[in-house]
Amino acid sequence: METNKKNVSIAKYFVYAGLILVSLASLFPFYWMFVMATNPNSAINQTPPAMIPGSNMVSNFQLVLDSIPFWGAMLNSLIVSSTITLGVLILCSLAGFAFAKLDFPGRTILFVFILGTMMIPPQLGLIPTYFIITELGWLSDLRAVIVPGLMNAFGIFWMRQYIASAVPDEIIEAARIDGCSNFRIYWNIIIPTVLPAFATLGIIVFMAIWGDYLWPLVVLQDQSMHTIQVALRSLMDDRVRDYGMILSGTFWATVPLVVIFLLFNKLFIKSITDGAVKS
Amino acid sequence: MAELQRDTRNSNDKRDSIQTNSNQEPKKPKKRSFSQRQRNMASGYMFISPFYLLFAVFGVFPILFSFYLAFFRWDGLGDMEFVGFNNFNIIFNDPLFWKSLYNTIMIGLMGTAPQLLAAILLAFALNSVLIRFKSVFRLAIFLPYVTSIVAVAIVFSVIFSNQDSGLVNTVLGVFGIDPITWTRSEWGTKAAIATMIFWRWVGYNTIIYLAGMQSIPNDLYEAAKIDGATLRQQIWHITIPMLKPFIIFTVFTATIGALQIFAEPHIFQGRAGRPEGMSVVLYLYRDAFGSNFFGTASATAIVLFFIIIIFSSLNLYFANRIGRSKKVGVK
Repeated sequence: METNKKNVSIAKYFVYAGLILVSLASLFPFYWMFVMATNPNSAINQTPPAMIPGSNMVSNFQLVLDSIPFWGAMLNSLIVSSTITLGVLILCSLAGFAFAKLDFPGRTILFVFILGTMMIPPQLGLIPTYFIITELGWLSDLRAVIVPGLMNAFGIFWMRQYIASAVPDEIIEAARIDGCSNFRIYWNIIIPTVLPAFATLGIIVFMAIWGDYLWPLVVLQDQSMHTIQVALRSLMDDRVRDYGMILSGTFWATVPLVVIFLLFNKLFIKSITDGAVKS
Repeated sequence: MAELQRDTRNSNDKRDSIQTNSNQEPKKPKKRSFSQRQRNMASGYMFISPFYLLFAVFGVFPILFSFYLAFFRWDGLGDMEFVGFNNFNIIFNDPLFWKSLYNTIMIGLMGTAPQLLAAILLAFALNSVLIRFKSVFRLAIFLPYVTSIVAVAIVFSVIFSNQDSGLVNTVLGVFGIDPITWTRSEWGTKAAIATMIFWRWVGYNTIIYLAGMQSIPNDLYEAAKIDGATLRQQIWHITIPMLKPFIIFTVFTATIGALQIFAEPHIFQGRAGRPEGMSVVLYLYRDAFGSNFFGTASATAIVLFFIIIIFSSLNLYFANRIGRSKKVGVK
């Protein structure tokens, strides 16, 4: 019995050692990003490279500001991501309400159709969509990213499931007897009830749009219209790469996300798992 | 505004039909002359119409047009010229297309298969009652997911830099291994890109498996323990079969994600791209927006669509089978 206990505790130490190693491997690139972002290029290019933070934090970031419109790109990303998130929340909860609580002919087929669209890879329509955007005159215009981004089949599915289970039919019936229109029911009853689902869906959508790369790269060609992802990539264009500058830009573009995540990490992790598990 | 107008038009249309069956719900003190059923219909269609309008313009039309464009030669400006299956002939005879397909599958396998295995092990460790500081470990492992793919690709491009002073080359130097020209080496490129995928996604998949493990009722383990099942038997006959839906989900999303890989090679090997890291989406992107060959690029998009369908159904098939054979074992 005693050897058994010993085995368990030895196994436990192995598990701890493994977890600590994995955690360090997870965190190391963040630390290393900071090291590079604060060191001059000469310290980075020596062998072995710098391993502790240096004193060039400000000057490296100044080089970033000289090279790309960092704040403009962050603002573009913020505008695109928050507009799409807000729009998706409203459009998807409206549609979700309709699919969950309103009866109309073809409801099931229309809903299954929306689920089916989730299977289509976005690259399939990439080229024609580019020409539609060109025809609309939206090249290098944030609308080129925002308007197609408002179409979110997963969001509709997600809101339908939530509304179907969270809003009792009796409340809706009672509101109808009081003479509420369907839109009033949506506005005064559905919206307050689905706020937790808004948080979840909002986080998922915001993250996805914030990190989106291919589509903004194709349609936002003017440097002044770049989102932060497209702008960061252009830091890699110089023939002689200044890694201190490149990672300074990358680091400061990542910091806000990490801070927000650490503040709301429980909600964050719950959102990501709910979004995955329930579909 | 347009929607509002359409709605009133709808209700006007309905007013005629309502008069024939207006005695359906006569009790309700409604001022308007149409029934609740009809009003639900009108608002139902109105509430779902934004998705369908957007999907018509940015979904249906582009997809149909892709299929159309795949049979034409077009540079985006001049006239389109019908070429039949020639675009497909061109890409199927282009060694770089096959190389890109091979790279995509290889990088996908290297980046996802070991990663999903590691995620299951990590989730199992984090689910163990003996382990403390779980939330700290969970946070650390999940943090990479918060960064954008572009940021990950840039950071790992610098970690796997070709210079002798690059981080990985420095570490290899400690073991007496010569520095590797990562961005120009067949396996170096794939290893670097697979590492990016591994690092960013392993925490995400761990969290999902963990959620799955926590949803397994404890009674099952208790009962198994009473029957004398060892820890390994518990894992094989309870944990893995109960995790089946979660495994299917992660395999499915990982496969689709891996087949669409673009940002990592595009950033790691530079805008021009190189054959060692060329992925199918990168091949398509270069064809279309680098060379203005929109016909062949559309043909590639269609081929990719079918590849994704084939691979995801194959994966689903195998993931289902694994679960089933385990279940037989339980019975």
